[in-house]
Amino acid sequence: MGGIIVKTEGLTKIYARGSEKIRAVDNVSLEINEGSFLALMGPSGSGKTTLLDLIGCLDNITSGSLEVFGHDVSRAKESVLTKLRRGKIGFIFQEFLLIPSLTVIENIELSLYFARLPQDKEKLKSLLIKVGLGHRVNHLPKQLSGGERQRVAVARALAVSPKLLIADEPTGNLDTKNSQEIFDLFRKLNKKDGLTIILATHNPALSSQADRIINLRDGKTV
Amino acid sequence: MNVFLIGLKNLTRKKIRAFLTIGGVAIAIAVLVSLWGFDTGYHKSLENNIDKMGYQLLVTAKGCPYEAATLMLQGGGGLRYMDEAVYHKIITDPRIDKITPQLISTAYDPERQSGRGGISLYMGVERSYIDLKPWAKFKLGGWFSGSDANEAIMGYEVAELEQRAPGDKILIPGSNEALTVVGIFERTGTQDDGVIFIPLKSSQRIFNLPEKLTGVGIKLKDMGEISAFEESLYKEPGIQVISLAQVKGTILNLISSAKAMTNAVAFIAIIIAIIGVVNTILMSVFERTSEIGVMKAIGASRMDIFKIICIETAIVCSLGGFIGDLIAALGTRVIEVVLKSILPYAPRGELVVITPNILIYSFLCATVIGVIAGIYPALRAASMKPVEAIRRGE
Repeated sequence: MGGIIVKTEGLTKIYARGSEKIRAVDNVSLEINEGSFLALMGPSGSGKTTLLDLIGCLDNITSGSLEVFGHDVSRAKESVLTKLRRGKIGFIFQEFLLIPSLTVIENIELSLYFARLPQDKEKLKSLLIKVGLGHRVNHLPKQLSGGERQRVAVARALAVSPKLLIADEPTGNLDTKNSQEIFDLFRKLNKKDGLTIILATHNPALSSQADRIINLRDGKTV
Repeated sequence: MNVFLIGLKNLTRKKIRAFLTIGGVAIAIAVLVSLWGFDTGYHKSLENNIDKMGYQLLVTAKGCPYEAATLMLQGGGGLRYMDEAVYHKIITDPRIDKITPQLISTAYDPERQSGRGGISLYMGVERSYIDLKPWAKFKLGGWFSGSDANEAIMGYEVAELEQRAPGDKILIPGSNEALTVVGIFERTGTQDDGVIFIPLKSSQRIFNLPEKLTGVGIKLKDMGEISAFEESLYKEPGIQVISLAQVKGTILNLISSAKAMTNAVAFIAIIIAIIGVVNTILMSVFERTSEIGVMKAIGASRMDIFKIICIETAIVCSLGGFIGDLIAALGTRVIEVVLKSILPYAPRGELVVITPNILIYSFLCATVIGVIAGIYPALRAASMKPVEAIRRGE
């Protein structure tokens, strides 16, 4: 296990919904070591997604402190956050969120393009083989099953060789078999490549296989 | 993968919408190209018509200069006449290089235009007329045998229309005189193509206008003396001097209102096209909110997103520009027929001339419009916060 790559201290995020203030993440302090596989558990609305967004530098915090890869990003501007995310953090969403007009390989090339990395087609093809999509290179997302789409999303996240993979309920739209397969893939990436993974899930069967579980309730760790 | 490809591929998603937007731009550009083409063509034809008259000054009987200007080019009826004596007086002026008298007459011919009737134009001329037009060539036959012969030389178009050849006899409607066709001119691209020329003396006799002229065309040895020469003729009673530069200006004035109208139409068409493009792209941005969020999440900068959206609009508009150019280039003849029917005076020759420059400029204009139209939607997209975009779109 390597050094600390994420460190939060009293991390709080408050949203305004009309006149109501919602403490989506409430005073969370935690440390995540490089190479760890962490599962974030909790019911809907418990703040899992918000916490992942903050750690993933997609959103600004309200109070407390947040360090990612040794950078204090508590008050960072969007352009700074973009540069930090670029090529270092991979994201996987429950809804896959692929670009429908682009083929499988183009969706993956896109992340390399935005990360300002060379687009090596052969390397990408071998990555697709690794996630079990070697035969789907030039298909459009609509021609794929849910499980396959999520694998494309995984490949897209991995293409830039991130140090941290953030997966927000990646198996939420998948059946048990596909869920386990995606989870096994994560496990392999973590064990073999030392990739740090933070995974939010409802599924206790999957979270139990992680190194560490953090439970959230009303934005607080329990 | 690059921003161009992303923009292009996105347009293929909603084909009908993209097609309609491109169509809107294409129509606006086609209008613009036709308008520019008309502007160029009209000027060119007018210059050609006027240059090919061979003279710089025309002396006519006093009257409205606008009327004289159009009548002179059109050769229409209702003309005023001057005495031939004036011609004999002017001809002695040493500043004159070439001079030619002319008598334009008209006759209603019920058989013209396939029986619908029309005006036939006759011009009484002397040999000096052809001296002023060294480019005028005979397609068939030659000049009159005598200055009072009952003969005619036909302009190219009128001969084609009536299917005449040298040796044919033609009748002047309303008179008992028959003329023998002795020659047919080659096409000149000017009003001369539609005129039947007869010897001046014969013309005065046939139309019963002894010693009368409708005008005298004058070419001076030195162009710089035009104003001084004009001034010296002011003293002559009952005549006026029109310089062809003036005529050009007068005619351009006459069509300026028509041009202002078409300019306004083109301007409105372009504004509508821009609104259409902004609307389409903005709609497409809102539909793709979560995609834009994801692109930002995986490292796209504000500038990347801005470029993607701007390129999309530039593609729509430049495609529209290209198609608009095509429509205008292919539809030139149709536009020309329409314009000729509505304009107060249309010179002979091509009225709408679409040059490669016009096509290139209009295409560039469309592309620039595209980039401008894309700025607002692109700014909206670029300023989306990644997390909000992702969650809002879900």
